Amino acid sequence: MPQPHDVLFRTLADPTRRTIFERLCREGDQTVGALTARAGVSQPAVSKHLGILKRAGLVRVRHEGRQTHYSADVGALSPLIDWTKQMTGFWESRFDGLEDLLKRMDQ
Amino acid sequence: MIEKSAETLSVVVERDIPHPPEKIWRALTQPQLIEEWLMKNDFKPILDHRFNLSADWGTVDCQVRAAEPNKTLSYTWDTKDLRSVVTWTLTPTSTGTLLRMEQTGFRADQQPYYRGAKVGWPRFLETMEQVLARLD
Repeated sequence: MPQPHDVLFRTLADPTRRTIFERLCREGDQTVGALTARAGVSQPAVSKHLGILKRAGLVRVRHEGRQTHYSADVGALSPLIDWTKQMTGFWESRFDGLEDLLKRMDQ
Repeated sequence: MIEKSAETLSVVVERDIPHPPEKIWRALTQPQLIEEWLMKNDFKPILDHRFNLSADWGTVDCQVRAAEPNKTLSYTWDTKDLRSVVTWTLTPTSTGTLLRMEQTGFRADQQPYYRGAKVGWPRFLETMEQVLARLD
């Protein structure tokens, strides 16, 4: 069973896909057409990338009339920062233990 | 903390500790003292010495990469799914020691993705950091 971060890393390892995601992060929601105009790849290719981003939970879809708007769901990035959060918590508590020990070493 | 200078992720913890570097060095390098604040171990402050840290949740495989008494100590820190290096730096201050721990590395299972996107990662992490900053 792949971990959430595996899926995110795999999804964002592709430069075209990462560029699309970054654009959605920076510029807000957009249609496939608008994204295709600047992606340098065909519309079906952009749609495929968006599908993969959507399955990874990185992109949300909103239908408006005949248009489909895509937006970034940056909350989905949280597993990427979990490692640093977990390790920081681990080391903070080890530092507490170390300080306790240093106090005892005075005696 | 997410470092954007490299394709790796870093954890830094830094504290002013009201004890001299020599004393902290002992706590960082004497096995029976290490056990009191970190884990059971067979540590020796000798270059290339391999040792294990063990806890009820598992074992950490380590190897000493640098040991300069009272100044710096560095060892690899590998677990089943993590390849990293832990570096301790001791800087004397007027009140004691500034103790800095930096752990740099990446999850073993993520390595191919980091490598595959080596050029893109620094910029991406920077973007991500900006995005995450807006979330707060």
